[in-house]
Amino acid sequence: MKLSTKLLAATAMVSASAASAVELEVTHWWTSGGEAAAVSKFADAWNATGNTWVDGAIAGSGGTARPIIISRIIGGDPMGATQMNHGRQAEELIEAGLLLDLSDVAEAGGWADLVNPSSLLESCTLDGKIYCVPVNIHSAQWIWLSHSAYENAGLSVPTDWYEFAASAGDLQAAGTLPLAMGQQGWQQNIAFGAITLAVAGLDAWKGVNVDKNADVARGAEYTAAFEAVAAARAFAVGSNVQDWNLATNMVITGSAGAQIMGDWAQGEFAVAEQVEGEDYSCLPGLGLNDVLDTGGDAFYFPVNDDPEITAAQKEMAALLISPEAQVSFNLAKGSLPVRGDIDMSTANGCMQKGLEILASGGILPSSDISFSQDTTLQIEDLMAQFWSSDMSAADAQASYANLIENAD
Amino acid sequence: MADITMTGPRGPKPKKAFSRANIFLYGTLIMVSMYYLLPLYVMVVTSLKGMPEIRMGNVFGPPMEITFEPWVKAWSQACTGINCDGLSRGFGNSVRILIPSLLLSVTIASINGYALSNWKFKGSEVFFTILIIGAFIPYQTMLYPIVILLREIGLMGSIGGLVLVHTIFGMPILTLLFRNYFASIPEELFKAARVDGAGFWQIYFQIMLPMALPIFVVAIILQVTGIWNDFLFGVIYTKPSTYPMTVQLNNIVNSVQGIKEYNVNMAATLLTGLVPLIIYFASGKLFVRGIAAGAVKG
Amino acid sequence: MTVASDPPLRTAKRPNRLFKNMMAKIASIPMILTALVVFVGGTAWTVVYSFTGSRMLPKTKWVGLDQYERLWDSDRWIISIKNLGIYGGCSMVLTLVLGFCLAACLDRKIRFESAFRTIFLYPFALSFVVTGLAWQWILNPDFGLQSVVRGWGWETFTFNPINDPDTVIFGLLIAGLWQGTGLIMCIMLAGLRGIDDDIWNAAKVDGIGTVKTYVVVIIPMMRPVFITALVLIASGIIKLYDLVVAQTGGGPGLSSEVPAKYVIELMFRAQNLGQGFAASSMMLLSVVIILIPWAYLEFGGRKNG
Repeated sequence: MKLSTKLLAATAMVSASAASAVELEVTHWWTSGGEAAAVSKFADAWNATGNTWVDGAIAGSGGTARPIIISRIIGGDPMGATQMNHGRQAEELIEAGLLLDLSDVAEAGGWADLVNPSSLLESCTLDGKIYCVPVNIHSAQWIWLSHSAYENAGLSVPTDWYEFAASAGDLQAAGTLPLAMGQQGWQQNIAFGAITLAVAGLDAWKGVNVDKNADVARGAEYTAAFEAVAAARAFAVGSNVQDWNLATNMVITGSAGAQIMGDWAQGEFAVAEQVEGEDYSCLPGLGLNDVLDTGGDAFYFPVNDDPEITAAQKEMAALLISPEAQVSFNLAKGSLPVRGDIDMSTANGCMQKGLEILASGGILPSSDISFSQDTTLQIEDLMAQFWSSDMSAADAQASYANLIENAD
Repeated sequence: MADITMTGPRGPKPKKAFSRANIFLYGTLIMVSMYYLLPLYVMVVTSLKGMPEIRMGNVFGPPMEITFEPWVKAWSQACTGINCDGLSRGFGNSVRILIPSLLLSVTIASINGYALSNWKFKGSEVFFTILIIGAFIPYQTMLYPIVILLREIGLMGSIGGLVLVHTIFGMPILTLLFRNYFASIPEELFKAARVDGAGFWQIYFQIMLPMALPIFVVAIILQVTGIWNDFLFGVIYTKPSTYPMTVQLNNIVNSVQGIKEYNVNMAATLLTGLVPLIIYFASGKLFVRGIAAGAVKG
Repeated sequence: MTVASDPPLRTAKRPNRLFKNMMAKIASIPMILTALVVFVGGTAWTVVYSFTGSRMLPKTKWVGLDQYERLWDSDRWIISIKNLGIYGGCSMVLTLVLGFCLAACLDRKIRFESAFRTIFLYPFALSFVVTGLAWQWILNPDFGLQSVVRGWGWETFTFNPINDPDTVIFGLLIAGLWQGTGLIMCIMLAGLRGIDDDIWNAAKVDGIGTVKTYVVVIIPMMRPVFITALVLIASGIIKLYDLVVAQTGGGPGLSSEVPAKYVIELMFRAQNLGQGFAASSMMLLSVVIILIPWAYLEFGGRKNG
């Protein structure tokens, strides 16, 4: 039995066209311009195999989409495949036997050797079995700077966070908003994470985000970090947008100086046909330390009774990680590929920076992997409150340390 | 429930046409009317402007150059992910959800109301009370159990499942409506039919149904607007291929690709609101009766 | 049906009577199932599981009152409750006052009454999603009301409720009132129409002014109408969800979060079902507290209505 499925998966990969055409509904929350362009690469690749990609886009970020995805899986009406961030989000669904075991596909495709960093595959693994296909690597510690905003203010473009902070006053005087910030907890949490990593340093960051050590969160490094975040909050006063890509658009148009956002913002610059180094700059690790976390997206395949669909699911799993799909998808999305053996020379400057850091091993685990969704939401709530009020840095730090103490 | 019948006004007659009190009265009414009409006006003018004109910033100004492009885009081109077929698919789904939900919920509720007012049995009032209290329970309390229920009967994610959910949550108020109506029909009619040997269904179809036509209209208006405007159930119990129009609207408005196209958003918003608005303006007083009775549904 | 004197007939009647009840019972099966399985069963299920530590999937891992302790410890929940309190209080008072005043105006034998009524009521035909989006656009600081007034020359004019954490709840209120007052006005108008002309004549004879008559005589007479209106408003307030999602998404920050949204977010986004169930049980409890006195007044009084 085991052998035959393995064979089936292997043949499916070799001769995709031999399999009969199957419609697979794929749910995801990639709806911004760059994201939609990227997902259509996957769809085209899948349709080219003679199967049909039924697109199930759900607008409004993962927070809106995840409930719908989960209630459908739990409700016994699963989609063919679904995007989810890897990490702990799917743990219970796997334990309940609702997600397809992809170990045979992974073995046939040699994923263990080609997925880089290997932590990506580990976060898809539970009890030695593989349940998801990592499709890209996203890191959140980037700041995006608008050249036109700095030129208009007669300033040179900063090269790290401290220079940016120093220039903020002059930008403001020139009538430009220094920092664009979407008013949503997860975006504010990304900015918080990036600033703490840059200011508090790698060891302190790991102490909190990996070891969940509340004493580190109460320590002096984090006090400095919280003060830096409080300063950043002052730079973002008057930023009235909600969606992250509207904030990115402020940087693109030069109405804001900068935005702290993950590397997926890259896709928006690409859609707006802006050139890295001329129209905008990007600084990984806020220009202070060359480390990036390795979160990202993965595809899960809910268990299905129909063997034909199961076979198609495995075929799709193999396709998503194939070199061609990886290159075209990640170039459009602005994310890094999950395999180290492919040629990304056509990638632009920002992605090259990311690839270099990845190659040199400056890798952090994503906090998606260490914290449960529940804890993540609590931290995001705290950040949402902090950024939208005049809460003091010390109070925020105390609350944060409490959350870390009780984190799971 | 208050039953609204619009007979003539009852206040004392005003003395003069242009008394100070009258000017104050009409002044107030006109001011308040502006607050109510403003959003509709703004939506209409925004939806007819091009994006460059919108960026110039006067939401209240009439369009200098009328364009129907936003309407076309909202209906057939706006994108969610890689699906760029606008609201049209959602409209079709809403119709496919609406018609069976309407038939099923109105039929069941009219039978319930009839049984409750003419054929009371032991416990019937208890069930009715539970139903009425159920109308007030926050839907959130029942969301998850219904996911399980739909899974057990295999209807999760299908239009059938959503039809069932609408039938369930429309039942309290519709039953109340029909029960009160049937209770107001003279009992002699029912008794005479009983003496003639007519049974449950005979009396329902031959006597009650023809008499209940007005209340059926009210119930239908109530359900059409209620089901059409639903967002919560549509978002939780369907899937992208069966999304109703409200969910599609929210998707389109929230999938910003590049800049936010306010004109398309407003055209999409108006398109979604069109069906209940048409019903409202066409049905007039019956609608007022319907929502006053149906307000419990919330 | 008094045919007790005839024994054969009586025996014939029995199964017939049973059959009669049977038919009504069979016809009521959908109602009975809905009442018992969905409303009673579903609610009880939720309450029971609020005492468990269920995360993404329901599990019977009992944790006592832990979920409730965490609930009342959570800033998000406290903010939600406070917001609902402010929104609810304002909305209740303003809806009643506005609804009554508008109804009284329309009841003054005016011209174009039906035109005004149509205008006041049409928003009720629109969904909360539509309402929220429309007002989000009007209140947009860069293009909406604020920029227009600034364009008139009042450069410092600031009216930006949906982006200011301190006033965002009033931004919701403006939209909520717009959508909901028409209905209350209709109910009030029906109540006013139900008041006998003789009352007005008597007040006139006694020389009581119009406004005073409303306050002293009419309003006390309309108590049942006010109670109905109050219950309608209250049940709508507790369910407040779609409007927030469409208009503000709960932001900026957490400043426009509401309990119904807390339930959905915790159940599905934080994948903490137990916490979501605890929150919805608290909502249920508050509904019961509102409902019991009303149900007693509305249905307890006239059993055979």
